[in-house]
Amino acid sequence: MAYKIVGSQCTGCSACEPECPNDAIYEKNGVFFIKPDKCTECIGHFDEAQCVAACPVDLTCIIDTAYPRYQAA
Amino acid sequence: MEAIFENATPNLSRLRPITGIKVEITGQPAASGCETEGGEGKASCGTSDGPDDMSPEVWEKVKNHPCYSEEAHHHYARMHVAVAPACNIQCNYCNRKYDCSNESRPGVVSQKLTPDQAVKKVIAVASEIPQMTVLGIAGPGDALASPDKTFETFRQLQEQAPDIKLCLSTNGLMLPDYVDEIAKYNVDHVTITINMIDAEVGEKIYPWIFYNHKRYYGREAAQILTDRQMLGLEMLTARGILTKINSVLIPGVNDKHLYEVNRAVKSRGAFLHNIMPLISEAEHGTVYGLTGQRGPSAQELKDVQDACMGGANLMRHCRQCRADAVGLLGEDRSDEFTLDQIEQMDVVYDLEKRRAYQETVEAERQAQHNAKHDALAAHAGADDGMKVLVAVATTGGGKVNEHFGHATEFQIFELTAASAMFVGHRRVDLYCQGGEGAEELLPSVVTAINDCHAVLVAKIGACPRDELKAAGIEPVDAYAHEFIEKAALTWFADYRSRVASGETFHIQRGDASIRQGAFMAA
Repeated sequence: MAYKIVGSQCTGCSACEPECPNDAIYEKNGVFFIKPDKCTECIGHFDEAQCVAACPVDLTCIIDTAYPRYQAA
Repeated sequence: MEAIFENATPNLSRLRPITGIKVEITGQPAASGCETEGGEGKASCGTSDGPDDMSPEVWEKVKNHPCYSEEAHHHYARMHVAVAPACNIQCNYCNRKYDCSNESRPGVVSQKLTPDQAVKKVIAVASEIPQMTVLGIAGPGDALASPDKTFETFRQLQEQAPDIKLCLSTNGLMLPDYVDEIAKYNVDHVTITINMIDAEVGEKIYPWIFYNHKRYYGREAAQILTDRQMLGLEMLTARGILTKINSVLIPGVNDKHLYEVNRAVKSRGAFLHNIMPLISEAEHGTVYGLTGQRGPSAQELKDVQDACMGGANLMRHCRQCRADAVGLLGEDRSDEFTLDQIEQMDVVYDLEKRRAYQETVEAERQAQHNAKHDALAAHAGADDGMKVLVAVATTGGGKVNEHFGHATEFQIFELTAASAMFVGHRRVDLYCQGGEGAEELLPSVVTAINDCHAVLVAKIGACPRDELKAAGIEPVDAYAHEFIEKAALTWFADYRSRVASGETFHIQRGDASIRQGAFMAA
């Protein structure tokens, strides 16, 4: 699985963008998105997903169940 | 803008620095010209060539900074650019889904800017408003949570507009890491928001922080934050960078504690302490708004501010303006400088023209300053301990020159027979709309200045005059277009003689309420 950003929750503050260890986060029209193929859920990098920890609005960065759980290599 | 020069008699050779931070002034001609206000108050010399407690270097930095100097804010303008929207802590008075009322964050209608856009905007505004001397990065968010954007903006501005003073506002969490860079770009003013120095208090204000790739909660978070704030403040002081401390007064949470904060920041070299009222409404969606945490009344705010006098210089003229405001404090011209409009402007940055204009502004300010002191010298009487507050309607220039119905804010002066001290301002809803006084708005004006014995105005209609009288506030239009201190002291002398003769009965006034919501131009 990867994380995704709930568009209606995103304030576009950009707090998450520089924290992502995989450069998976990008901006479009004032809100942010996560590229699921780049997201590693921060496994192997940090104890907690950085986008979740940095985001000022609860339940904005959430697990996207459409993708399989990330497997560390 | 031309109008302010009509009465100016610029004589640049006589320019000299003037007291900017405090407005407690005395005019007793026989005395030395200095006075000590209150038990812990500091001497303030109204007619000296420079403030007693300020070195010439410090004075040079603050004299035309509207956010640091009470007097300068009538003459010089500032602007903020919203380039750093990210934040790394959560405050209970802030909701990032909406405007942040206390930290003056712009709302959804405001534009976030890239550093390039911000620089373009600053240059355009500085060309159009030559008395714009200060550029701040103050949110929404924390300037040092997006250091790349903040410092890129400063780097470009230092090259293209070297005469503009740069400042930034931060919660202090990342401050120790960036003090060197702050010094590198000649940022000479930093504002740190410090609401506590005790984690036990802090955990009631900050639910979490994001630091070193980790979220910290509760008391642990507050401890890290206060440690970093104090370290950052000490590092700034060591480098000679001026620091202003903003504190949000939260009744029942940190009201008693702010005195300790005041002493702690003063001992670490903070230059100015700005204690602001919590703005808290349920519709802001903040934790405090939703849990019913109230803001302070006018009297509660003044009590804490008075208790902190004699610590760091205390700032009383803060308008809690929005982070994208443009213009003089209390006015916002940001609508004139949207990105689309800037694109169409033909901007030439003329350093010499700005310098010449600012010299004229300085001369006007000096003339006004001198007139004020002459007036005080002539009108002050012997202090007998009686103290009252008066509200003043003014459009600037230090005079009683605003119609009651046109006022969107009143300046509040504390009077004794011997002194008139500016102690703050109260925003109100515009009473007179489209020529008609709106009856239902008068009560809100009355509650905003309910602790005042009189309101000094240039003019006032019959209806509000009667209503104010009924509420026990004397409407006074006898001193229209006179200098505020002179008008106030003359009125107070008259009031006291009426009390002495039994014509007027002197009673204590009640408390007043503080209008909610960030400042926006009417």
